[in-house]
Amino acid sequence: MVKVFVPRDTTALSLGANQVADALEQICGGQDADIDLVRNGSRGLFWLEPLVEVETGQGRVAYGPVTPEDIPALLDQGMLEGKPGHTLYQGLTEEIPYLKDQQRLTFSRAGIIDPTSLDDYVHHGGYVGLRKALARIPQEIVDEVKASGLRGRGGAAFPAGIKWQTVLDADARTGSSPYSKRKFIVCNADEGDSGTFADRLVMEADPFMLIEGMTIAGLAVGADTGYIYLRSEYPVAHKILNEAIARAGEAGYLGNNVLNSGKAFHLEVRLGAGAYICGEETSLLDSLEGKRGQVRVKPPLPALKGAFGQPTVVNNVLTLAAVPFILAEGGQAYADYGMGRSRGTLPFQLTGNIERGGVVELAFGVTLRELLEDYGGGTASGRPMRAVQVGGPLGAYMPESQWDTPLDYEAFSEVGAVVGHGGIVVFDDTVDMLDQARFAMEFCAVESCGKCTPCRIGSTRGVEVIDHIRANQERDYHLNLLEDLCDTLEDGSLCAMGGMTPNPVRSALHHFPDDFHQDRTTASRTPAGEA
Amino acid sequence: MNITATTDVQHKVRHIIADLQHKPGALMPILHAIQDELGYIPDDTVPTIAEGLQITRAEVHGVISFYHDFRATAPGKHTIHICRAEACQARGCRTLERHAQQTLGVDYHQTTPDGDITLEAAYCLGNCATGPSIRIGDDIHGRVTPARFDALVDQLQTVPLVIQAAQAGADRKEDSNHG
Ligand SMILES: Cc1cc2nc3c(=O)[nH]c(=O)nc-3n(C[C@H](O)[C@H](O)[C@H](O)COP(=O)(O)O)c2cc1C
Ligand code: SF4
Ligand code: FES
Ligand code: FES
Repeated sequence: MVKVFVPRDTTALSLGANQVADALEQICGGQDADIDLVRNGSRGLFWLEPLVEVETGQGRVAYGPVTPEDIPALLDQGMLEGKPGHTLYQGLTEEIPYLKDQQRLTFSRAGIIDPTSLDDYVHHGGYVGLRKALARIPQEIVDEVKASGLRGRGGAAFPAGIKWQTVLDADARTGSSPYSKRKFIVCNADEGDSGTFADRLVMEADPFMLIEGMTIAGLAVGADTGYIYLRSEYPVAHKILNEAIARAGEAGYLGNNVLNSGKAFHLEVRLGAGAYICGEETSLLDSLEGKRGQVRVKPPLPALKGAFGQPTVVNNVLTLAAVPFILAEGGQAYADYGMGRSRGTLPFQLTGNIERGGVVELAFGVTLRELLEDYGGGTASGRPMRAVQVGGPLGAYMPESQWDTPLDYEAFSEVGAVVGHGGIVVFDDTVDMLDQARFAMEFCAVESCGKCTPCRIGSTRGVEVIDHIRANQERDYHLNLLEDLCDTLEDGSLCAMGGMTPNPVRSALHHFPDDFHQDRTTASRTPAGEA
Repeated sequence: MNITATTDVQHKVRHIIADLQHKPGALMPILHAIQDELGYIPDDTVPTIAEGLQITRAEVHGVISFYHDFRATAPGKHTIHICRAEACQARGCRTLERHAQQTLGVDYHQTTPDGDITLEAAYCLGNCATGPSIRIGDDIHGRVTPARFDALVDQLQTVPLVIQAAQAGADRKEDSNHG
């Protein structure tokens, strides 16, 4: 029986992967061709999805992007034997340059295994890290993470080992609280940034890796319970995670007695409800506790007073997902990748108007241009690239003059940009940067938690001011006012929502001034993507 | 709403609360479960929730109104979310949203007069390499051109609702078994 793989991650499904799988089963059934259909995660080569793979003696052979209508011809031309010939033939999957040239530490299993098969996970190196962690004392686990140089992947890039140390050292006894003596691991799976999906792909393609990472974190700091705070926009990830957690529990990897160690670790998924601000860790914690997701004043740090008032590790999905590798291979093996103080790899996400969108996991230090050109292959529209927003909606728009900047937290910060969660959104030359600045203000107004006046009111004012500029009303006055508003947001906001909204606004204004100075009462423009 | 329907709703809500109230921070899971079951969180369930969790009505109300997902009024038979965020903007979602609003004749947060479709905004569906993206129920669709949008809407209106409802119910059950 020949193994055939059809992905079931959100992107493959959004492009018709279920219909492809149905067509395959139906036609093969009719022809008595025996196939073993596996619904894997995605390799993250999204421009080729749905990417059908066939197992052969030489390795897995890829065909994509496949539609149900292609199936008869593909079968006729020997797809089940991995034959070339059909135009969708991509050769051996592992030899596709986009994939071959990556340094996949976190995404090493993505798309290869069936995400809910514990056997697959274990056969591909899974749970080696947990077994090593179980043989060590908590301080040794924390030391290993410190040695890796791993910094938080959620945006702020805070060293994970130092955060874990704080929680390990924290006194969890808090008087009469029903949660007294307990500590928590909270996984931030709110992934709200536009242009990012690496967390989603971890959860949909290799969920046991996240479960293992959280279990190790629990052992390291002495927490017996973990929560995955998942955004409600991810129904596929929700289903797969719940299935994986149930299987891990049945097999003794979770529960009261993890692998007969006498240590307990319980895990539960909690859904958000469509609020970008709930990605901010203190707002997330309030939401988890059943409150409005408003940002808390720090201190106290969540590490000392986090979920339910107890010491808590809050880490991003990618941070926790890097931990099994670090424990299995050693912190040094991870630290061997990267540049400067940015150690290890980051899964960059190529999105927007890009020919070859997907996940590109590489060591820090690769330049933006290499990603855009060598991997991304230019725009999907075929028009010149004009602006690239890196690091989500609070990240700067970068003009071509900055594309040779290496992806490294410090190097980006020097040019006024952020790496953030590694999302890269490409715009072609039809983009109107005034529209983009306006959207940044609008987004802040929609998603503000409402605690600070500059963020709540200033952002709405920002939209109005930009509308005046568009309408050519007292342009210089309003341009100055926009700069003042940005100053106020930066100085008077409790968190980065208000504090960093000026990033996209100012970068648009400074790097693309023409869009703010042309007379639109006469000019006619083509909105992005309509050409 | 007649008396039996109201009692039925209260009964369902009490049942959900009893099932979930032992959880730490039970309010969000309870609100999700109610909305999954009823499609929205009716105002007259707020006192029941408040009582069940020993918190004030104002607190329950404050939470419901804070989150974009929770709604206090019944949605249409189908809810379509259009992603408005940057990566989809780069692929033409501004055109798509204008098209959707024009053809459906509604703005965001509104339902078509026949009660068929509620239009909502989303800020990223995690499908940013293949936008513009939309979500219909729990299905996400990529590279949605205006023509593709029309075809998807047509499909919604022709697939018998009984089948869709049964399917949605089965999915929900499966989720709550683990939830
Ligand atoms: C407005 C705002 C939104 C955020 N959204 C996310 C998010 O979606 N996912 C995430 O992991 N971190 C997000 N963060 C960062 C978190 O506050 C926090 O730094 C992170 O969860 C810590 O985990 P890490 O150290 O592993 O990165 C956000 C921060 C702000 C200010
Ligand atoms: S800056 Fe905005 S989102 Fe952040 S705490 Fe203040 S009001 Fe809330
Ligand atoms: S809040 Fe209006 S100018 Fe600052
Ligand atoms: S920006 Fe639309 S799916 Fe991410």
